[in-house]
Amino acid sequence: MNFDLFFQYIVAGITYGTIYAVVAIGFNIIYNATGIINFAQGEFVMLGGMTAVTLLRYLPLPAAVLAAMIITMLVGGLIEILFIRWLYKPSVLRMIIITIGLSILIRETALHIWGEGVKALPYFTGTSVSSIKLGGVFISPQVLWVVGISAVMVALLNIFFSYTITGRQMRACSVNRDAARLCGINAKNMVTLSFMLSAAIGALGGCIVSPITYVQYDSGTPLAIKGFTVAILGGLGNSVAAVAAGLVLGILESFSIWVMPAAYKDVISISILLLILFVRPSGLFGSKEAADLKEF
Amino acid sequence: MLKIKNLESGYGKLRVLRRVTMHVAGGEIVTIIGANGAGKTTLLSTISGLLKPSAGEIAFDKQDISRTPAEKVVFLGCSLVPEGRQVFSSMTVKENLVLGAYVNYRRNKRDRVKTGLEKVYGLFPILKEREKQLAGTLSGGEQQMLAIGRALMAEPRLIMMDEPSMGLAPLIVKDIFSIIVRLREEGNTVLLVEQNAKAALGIADRGYVLETGRIILQGTAEDLLSNKDVQRAYLGRDLDTETTL
Repeated sequence: MNFDLFFQYIVAGITYGTIYAVVAIGFNIIYNATGIINFAQGEFVMLGGMTAVTLLRYLPLPAAVLAAMIITMLVGGLIEILFIRWLYKPSVLRMIIITIGLSILIRETALHIWGEGVKALPYFTGTSVSSIKLGGVFISPQVLWVVGISAVMVALLNIFFSYTITGRQMRACSVNRDAARLCGINAKNMVTLSFMLSAAIGALGGCIVSPITYVQYDSGTPLAIKGFTVAILGGLGNSVAAVAAGLVLGILESFSIWVMPAAYKDVISISILLLILFVRPSGLFGSKEAADLKEF
Repeated sequence: MLKIKNLESGYGKLRVLRRVTMHVAGGEIVTIIGANGAGKTTLLSTISGLLKPSAGEIAFDKQDISRTPAEKVVFLGCSLVPEGRQVFSSMTVKENLVLGAYVNYRRNKRDRVKTGLEKVYGLFPILKEREKQLAGTLSGGEQQMLAIGRALMAEPRLIMMDEPSMGLAPLIVKDIFSIIVRLREEGNTVLLVEQNAKAALGIADRGYVLETGRIILQGTAEDLLSNKDVQRAYLGRDLDTETTL
């Protein structure tokens, strides 16, 4: 394997890894607020991509992406208010079944609205064949958009959680719900907010990646599986670790094409998921003690 | 200030409190003593709104709060320092305190947040030193101070404390209790729940003795301190055997 090809694989790995990380961050935000895994997270990604494609008929690209984020965010909030808010201390199993049910509901609704067709947003700049030469490597400009927008998003999220009063409230609720309520924080609203935030992040992920991977009514599920793997690999709830774990998985997958047929790409992530669940359920970067305290 | 009448509360089908009636007047330190499992924490959780009572009345400043959720009770001026500190361990000391002042953020009184912070740092200088440290890395005593400070940031008129001496060294307990006295001198009203009956009655004006969910005794702190039953059950003294020695 020559040097250039090696870097080409790395770049492809980073692209997919970034998307996985974005999905995983969506998982983590809801997990931190509620202690549950939202299995409909992949559907938020699909919904964002699909909505943006439709809106593109009426709006310029940046506005369509923004509007898709807002619409998906509202859907996320609505789902929480309708299906989750009124539950009193639901069990983990109940939450899993509810979110899986929701994911099927969203998927089938999307099938009715958009049909089975494969859609894609146009490349943000350039076309599918344009590329930027960096050293010996050819990089599609969309890759730079994916990595750049994701990096900005992670940075903004960090600022949000560390420095704004709302972000601090959300963190407080995830650390200690009762103590947060005793400070006057409405924990239920924070959960709604976490669904809205996750949905918006998922939607943005769906938009930026759709020129490369395309989007279809059922493209959320495979992404959710990858995102879930990454969230577990990094340690549930830890968004910085999710970025690292996302890159690890993306690059591993990318190199697997070199040794195995491309059809086996998904085998890698599923194997990693199983391996990590058997060997180190707290994740690569999670502390074991913290994991023991968690219900799920 | 706080009036409770025939309060019944518990967890699910388990009834813990049975017809509890008590009151706290403004400017008082009132203590509730009792053994493990007597229902002390349940009582405070119910007043603060974390638990919903199954029957009875809770009036705070003549306003019924028996159905008010915890996040709203704080806004009325009634704060709880929960049992076992419950600080936000992965957040800094300052973040903990600022969150305690969330009430003032909502009221758009950001300047009060700053004065509150100065006041708490004045009361607990060690918290100022540890401002940027994660709350989970503090010692038990410091965490207790932080928990009290966080509750004070909401500028409550009634502050309820659930076992502030739990798991602390005697010297630190003394510090915490002298702070409670100081809080009262500054015009606060304190409802103190304690297993450490001697220390609690030592600073309180009045007290209630809670046993298996019922109030079995009440009176001024001096009366309770000299009460034989209280001495035997909660102060570790048995007067009958002492006199024979």
